[in-house]
Amino acid sequence: MTKELTGNEIKSTINDKFHELIISIENDHLVIKNDNEKLLDFFNSLKNDNKYNLLSSVTSVDYMSKFVVVYHLTSIEKNESIVIKIPCGESRIEPSIISVTSVWRGAELQEREIYDLMGIYFHNHPNMKRLLLWENFDGHPLRKDFVS
Amino acid sequence: MSTELVTMNIGPIHPSTHGVFRMRVTFDGETIIDAEPIIGYLHRGSEKLAEERTYTQIVTLTDRMDYTASMTNNQAYILSVEKLAGIKPAERGVWLRMIAAELQRIAAHSVAIGFLINDLGAWHTPLLYLLREREKILELFEMMCGARITNSYLRPGGVFMDAPEEFWPSLNRFLDEMPERLNDIENLLTDNEIIVSRTQNVAVLDKEDAINASITGPMLRASGVDWDLRHRNPYDFYDKVSFRRPLGTVGDNNDRYLVRLHEIRESLKIIEQCLDLIEPGPIKPDEVPFLVRPDEGDSYVPIEAPKGELGFYLVSDGGISPFRCHVRAPSLMNLTLLRDMVIGYKIADLFVTFGSVDVNMGEVDR
Repeated sequence: MTKELTGNEIKSTINDKFHELIISIENDHLVIKNDNEKLLDFFNSLKNDNKYNLLSSVTSVDYMSKFVVVYHLTSIEKNESIVIKIPCGESRIEPSIISVTSVWRGAELQEREIYDLMGIYFHNHPNMKRLLLWENFDGHPLRKDFVS
Repeated sequence: MSTELVTMNIGPIHPSTHGVFRMRVTFDGETIIDAEPIIGYLHRGSEKLAEERTYTQIVTLTDRMDYTASMTNNQAYILSVEKLAGIKPAERGVWLRMIAAELQRIAAHSVAIGFLINDLGAWHTPLLYLLREREKILELFEMMCGARITNSYLRPGGVFMDAPEEFWPSLNRFLDEMPERLNDIENLLTDNEIIVSRTQNVAVLDKEDAINASITGPMLRASGVDWDLRHRNPYDFYDKVSFRRPLGTVGDNNDRYLVRLHEIRESLKIIEQCLDLIEPGPIKPDEVPFLVRPDEGDSYVPIEAPKGELGFYLVSDGGISPFRCHVRAPSLMNLTLLRDMVIGYKIADLFVTFGSVDVNMGEVDR
């Protein structure tokens, strides 16, 4: 069975220097601060030091009060999975977060999909443009306040 | 010698694009130097539609994602709903959906192999042999639930109806005949000189690159990584059956073909074990309400679909429909490295590689 780590277990596996990034420790995930400078180091450390080499999924949820980007990471060696959530865009104006494409190539199309449907901009993405809808499309349909 | 570069549009309407896939490819003579996939021509907004339907109604939406593998789509969705709502499924229902899922895997791999060979230029003969076998599976599905492609067979807690009596002898007949048919296909294709020379060492995918690009399923196993969620994270009753996991050594188009072919045999073995273990009983617990209303929370249960890791990320706000429903589509992720895989090869290898990736546009675009 793939072991799904609890929030506390995730906290104890990550490097101590990233503890300041933690906003809260939940039952089955960790909530991390949207810190443009340290986030990439954090993800690199998860991949290289903690062996979470497979990025299962990146997705996002619109809670109206904020957007949350959800990362499901898996370690093929250790057969473990963790969930990291990062809130962003509290003001709903141009929400943005750093892209993890340089850490995991697998994020490339998924981040484009999030940008397309939810309107979260990913900094440093090699090709940040719409994926499914056409270029001149107005709005981001998966947002809760989208009116067609 | 370099020639003037030519940029060409391929698709979205093209017989070899398995649906509505489009590519912008730049050639130097016959050699590919750049390829950009352009997708979205089959986008129906399934994730948005799911937000205004009840949990049971969404089953019909999942059918239409990977329409060559409806049963496994149902399975991934239902497992996620069951985890979210804390529903314990009935045993017979779980065995029935495992049988359905493995039959679906055989059908989906038959389509994958058939169209790969079709893309190689063996017009229709091997494809029709494989579609003939798939047709038998579709007939079995018709007995199980009345539908052939868009099955909507699974429900939270199990399945919606038991398989009728005449299903079991038909299934046994299929299991008896299929190994022989597979031998025919293997004799026809595996050592065929043209197929071997066209697929070996073409579009080699390295182990590390594949993992890094979130590639899963037969494509990852063809690159030699032993990662099968049925074995590493057994959902349903996969911990009660045993099967081998065929692995590739090189990670080229030929390995991807062979892994799928061998997985069909393993699926047949799994179904036989299911038949030994299935017992009479309820197919769905009575206490599961028609309107499932999970508590606030989220769930993600990845399963091994024919194309790779498929999972539904569901968020509930306590209502009768999900607050958010995201599909982790293996077909989309497996396309990530298509550009890197085809660069440097000839135009004729482009669609063979695309065929060996085995994407379904219904799932890519959703």
